[in-house]
Amino acid sequence: MSGRVAPDAVVDSVAAFERARAEMQRQKRIQALIFAVVFLVCLVTAVIVGQFDVMTLIDGLPRTTDYVRKLVPVLRWETLGADVAEWYWNIGKWLTLLVETLLMAFFATLLGTIGALLLSFAASSNLTPGYWIYFATRRFLEIARSVPDLVYALVFVFAWGLGPLAGILALTIHTMGASGKLFAEVNENVDPNPIEGVRAAGANWVKMIRFAVIPQVLPVFASYTLWRFEINVRTAAVLGFVGAGGIGYELYTNIRLNYYEDVSAILLIIVATVVLVDIGCEEIRHRMIGKESLR
Amino acid sequence: MRLRIGAVSKADMLEARRCLPGAFCRPLAQRLLSWLCWTGLAALVLFCAVRFDMSPLRLWSGLSELGTLTRVMFPPASGGNMDLFLAGILETLAMAFLGTLIGGAIAFPLSFLAAKNILPAWLFHFGVRRVFDVLRGVDVMIWALIFVVAIGLGPLAGILAIAISDAGTLAKLFSEAIENIDRKQTEGVRSTGANAVKVMRFGVIPQVLPVMLSFTLYMFESNTRSATILGIVGAGGIGLLLADRIRANVWDQACLIIILILVTVYFIDFVSKRLRERLIGQGK
Repeated sequence: MSGRVAPDAVVDSVAAFERARAEMQRQKRIQALIFAVVFLVCLVTAVIVGQFDVMTLIDGLPRTTDYVRKLVPVLRWETLGADVAEWYWNIGKWLTLLVETLLMAFFATLLGTIGALLLSFAASSNLTPGYWIYFATRRFLEIARSVPDLVYALVFVFAWGLGPLAGILALTIHTMGASGKLFAEVNENVDPNPIEGVRAAGANWVKMIRFAVIPQVLPVFASYTLWRFEINVRTAAVLGFVGAGGIGYELYTNIRLNYYEDVSAILLIIVATVVLVDIGCEEIRHRMIGKESLR
Repeated sequence: MRLRIGAVSKADMLEARRCLPGAFCRPLAQRLLSWLCWTGLAALVLFCAVRFDMSPLRLWSGLSELGTLTRVMFPPASGGNMDLFLAGILETLAMAFLGTLIGGAIAFPLSFLAAKNILPAWLFHFGVRRVFDVLRGVDVMIWALIFVVAIGLGPLAGILAIAISDAGTLAKLFSEAIENIDRKQTEGVRSTGANAVKVMRFGVIPQVLPVMLSFTLYMFESNTRSATILGIVGAGGIGLLLADRIRANVWDQACLIIILILVTVYFIDFVSKRLRERLIGQGK
């Protein structure tokens, strides 16, 4: 019976375990309590500062459901075609605006991505030609993506006048900032061996980027760009709120003037477009990935 | 066919081309297709440039105008309104906080309905998911405008707008997190004789809660950004002050507000990132 541990030793180790467990649980409880207190303080402050009043909310909810009810158009089964035609009485204009919105998003994504591509190499720490260039590009990209695109649109409307150009430029600069940062992060993770190889063959900086880096990062960039296009379509649809082109202005006026059926008609085509663009981009992305894995 | 370098004659090359056409150039159809794609793209770009009147002259005149604006913007000044601006920033943060909280509270129960492994009813969760898609597909600015018209100007409209579009996004993310849980733990709990509610409580929730909290914090970050601009349509927050300053041509104050927005966004990003790292660390 030499392998047996003495009973009091067992009791000791169990007691030690229980003590350690109790201590851990106590610490966890204190931590949870601190989090709860901080959360409650935040909540109370938010409720006071945000003038959040349950009574106003209860008052407002029936008005919201009322509003939604008014959005639903009158559609009778017997005269469905005529009713839908009446609902979408202005479809020609809306489709034109919708195409304009899509083109704005496309053009801005293209321009912004080209800008991001050019800047991203200077903004990645392993490829940059010099520290100061790296620092300046990084700060520029940070400002470009941190200011909301609608704020850019508001300012640009003053510089370039009302219309889609201001919106395109606002989206472009935001895209440049957001994609530029992501691209730079991808660049920082490239395999250094091809770079060394191309360098050893006597290539200059531009050739090094062209032949050693771009082939590695291009598929990822393409996938990010598609995703950015999806986001830009959504944003382009609201740029019109500040007069920067697209379908947003038409939606804004109709909501303001309480033309309920027009509002629901426009909303529906916007949502349909957004969903279709999402599905289309998803499809392209799958195909690209499929092609990559076949290689 | 054996080829030695230095001994490759023209006939050998022709033979090789005949045997393996794919090795020398892509098939004609593929070349035509890629050529067509690039031409189409170029035509589209050209059309856009003409359609949107993007002439270098117009770009340049706008840039010089922008230069003038930037010169007026600096130095940024408060004009004695610093208290007002700080209150606006605080209101923005409160809107983002409450909106995210309400959105998360709506999304939490809905996400279980939309998860395929919890509720195996195909038609049902297909329907619920399409509802999420509509909630997400409408931009938060549009929701804000609708709520402003329906229940009036003020931060409440902004809070509800954030809550409703967040409910869509978070419910989708949550339900995907639920679908990705480890089934061994739920099976273990079930094998001890637990009922469905207890399986949820002890088998599912402990797995998904850290992920859900981390998503919610991430959305809070993103909502802080959106909340800064909701004021443009009158839904509360700093955006109203900014839009007013810009429309009234008070550029130095507008610049100060933009700087305040940037500082706030950086601060929230920093705090939320730290908290998220902690949460995910605990979950592991």
